[in-house]
Amino acid sequence: MENNKLIRQMYDSLGEGHGHEPGVAHVEIHGNKVLGLHLVDGLEIIAEEKEEGIDATIRVKAGIKIEKPVKICFGLIPETGVQRINIKTHIEKNASIGIVASCTFPFAKEILHTMDAEIRLDEGAEYTYIERHVHGPEGGVTVIPRAKVILGKGARFRTDFELIKGRVGEIDIEYDAECHARSILEMSARISGRGTDKIRINEMANLLGEDAVAVLTTNIAVRDSAHARIENTIIASAAGTRGHVDCKEIIQGNATAQAIPIVDVRHAKAHVTHEAAIGSVDSKQLETLMARGLNEDDATDLIIEGLLRPQY
Amino acid sequence: MSEKTILQVDNVSLELGGKRILNHLSMDIWTGHVHAIVGVNGAGKSTLASTIMGLNGYRHFEGDILFEGQSIKNMNVAERARLGITLAWQEPARYEGLTVEKFILAGAGNACSHTVERALQTLGLDPGKYAQRAVDRTLSGGERKRVELASIVAMRPRLVIMDEPDSGIDVDALNRIFDTLKILRDHGSTVILITHSMTVLKQADHAFLLCCGNVLDKGGIDKIEGFFGRKCQGCDHQNKPDQEELNGE
Ligand SMILES: Nc1ncnc2c1ncn2[C@@H]1O[C@H](COP(=O)(O)OP(=O)(O)OP(=O)(O)O)[C@@H](O)[C@H]1O
Ligand SMILES: [Mg+2]
Repeated sequence: MENNKLIRQMYDSLGEGHGHEPGVAHVEIHGNKVLGLHLVDGLEIIAEEKEEGIDATIRVKAGIKIEKPVKICFGLIPETGVQRINIKTHIEKNASIGIVASCTFPFAKEILHTMDAEIRLDEGAEYTYIERHVHGPEGGVTVIPRAKVILGKGARFRTDFELIKGRVGEIDIEYDAECHARSILEMSARISGRGTDKIRINEMANLLGEDAVAVLTTNIAVRDSAHARIENTIIASAAGTRGHVDCKEIIQGNATAQAIPIVDVRHAKAHVTHEAAIGSVDSKQLETLMARGLNEDDATDLIIEGLLRPQY
Repeated sequence: MSEKTILQVDNVSLELGGKRILNHLSMDIWTGHVHAIVGVNGAGKSTLASTIMGLNGYRHFEGDILFEGQSIKNMNVAERARLGITLAWQEPARYEGLTVEKFILAGAGNACSHTVERALQTLGLDPGKYAQRAVDRTLSGGERKRVELASIVAMRPRLVIMDEPDSGIDVDALNRIFDTLKILRDHGSTVILITHSMTVLKQADHAFLLCCGNVLDKGGIDKIEGFFGRKCQGCDHQNKPDQEELNGE
């Protein structure tokens, strides 16, 4: 009974219903308790409860394509607490899966959420991981995701991080990917910070195999005295590797932002570009909307809304 | 002549980067009419458009600009837009993530998605294909121009300045721009049409010929077209046109 109530509270905080379509695998984890676990054929999830969180493994067997995105809901309904998640994910040869992971801390005052992930994609595997966060109205949460990703030959990994409700609090992301021949890596994050929020993102793609591709995209908006520091790196050390690091940060008020794209090319037949733009809203974008009658604040909000719009 | 003047540009001079771009320029724009402005590259057409709209960097000028008899000199862009003045940019801005639908709705007051559909259809853009696309780099130049004009149609402005609406537009889309002009006319909008195209010029009721930030000539379309075609292109007088040539026409 208690479990069902927590599940309902978690989905409510996400603004989602709690019914699931048939054929959709879903997992609900509150603190260190696995409240629900519904699997589909070919998908293996094992979750072991630890003192402050869980250790989990996710495995998709070779050749299996999980049709509908799997929903995983992590969270803590109380105002304080710690949730540590360790996950090992293995997507075997030519298998594919999409996971929408919602992390919800709707009443957070002092919560620590850590995620340590090891993600392995075998040859030809495909994995899309979408991470959506809900935080307390005043933030009240420190989120520390770490991921080590290995993309086998021709594998494709996409990840997308988004804060959909509440304030950032503190977010400190570190993702590190090793990309083998012909693999494709796309990592993107879109976050808006205000008050005293702190955002730190550190993504790294190591293009080791021929023709591997990586695109690292970060769109940030910060206001008040929030701070963002984005440090994204692409190392290209094989022929035909291509990459792009893209960072846009709009700052308002006393907010501050840093962008440090690092492009490290170690092969003459590699091609990596970067683009970083930090500052106020583009004046032509602003004036176009103002010329349609919007005041400056509304025009700015609309531009930022677009910049932070989810891609998937 | 009992035409009503909606906009009066009164002896406006403007400097940019220490250079005089608009030079004692005056013109009267009549309510409900389509006025064309022609002139060679660099004549000051876009500068005049930016000055009427009140864009940043174009707010300090000599002379005055009156909208329905009231000076708008001290108004910012949004205030002018709220009077019903708007501008379709020669090179429109692009927005990451902002959908065509939201972009069009932004200027359309309390309009609904139906307004968006109609506006897109007017410009020959299938709403099913375009409404949810972003107004970003993935739109071609011509598509972006048409989205810009669709947003103008949805806004129903009192006065719109269209800066080269036909540039980068194919023949088919050109007809859509003519439809747009017709719709704006039917709504009672007044139009200032900046163009290099003689086909587009013919859609106007009158024309102004700009040279070096000044009105060199004004009047009927045939007269301006004739002069512009024969004398401006290749002219090196740069705002000191041979009086004989001017008078001789
Ligand atoms: N910020 C600026 N500083 C200095 N000169 C400028 C500036 N902006 C425009 N100019 C100059 O003012 C002149 C008029 O420019 P404008 O863009 O108004 O021309 P236009 O008539 O619209 O030309 P086109 O047909 O090429 O669009 C040009 O010579 C241009 O180089
Ligand atoms: Mg121009």
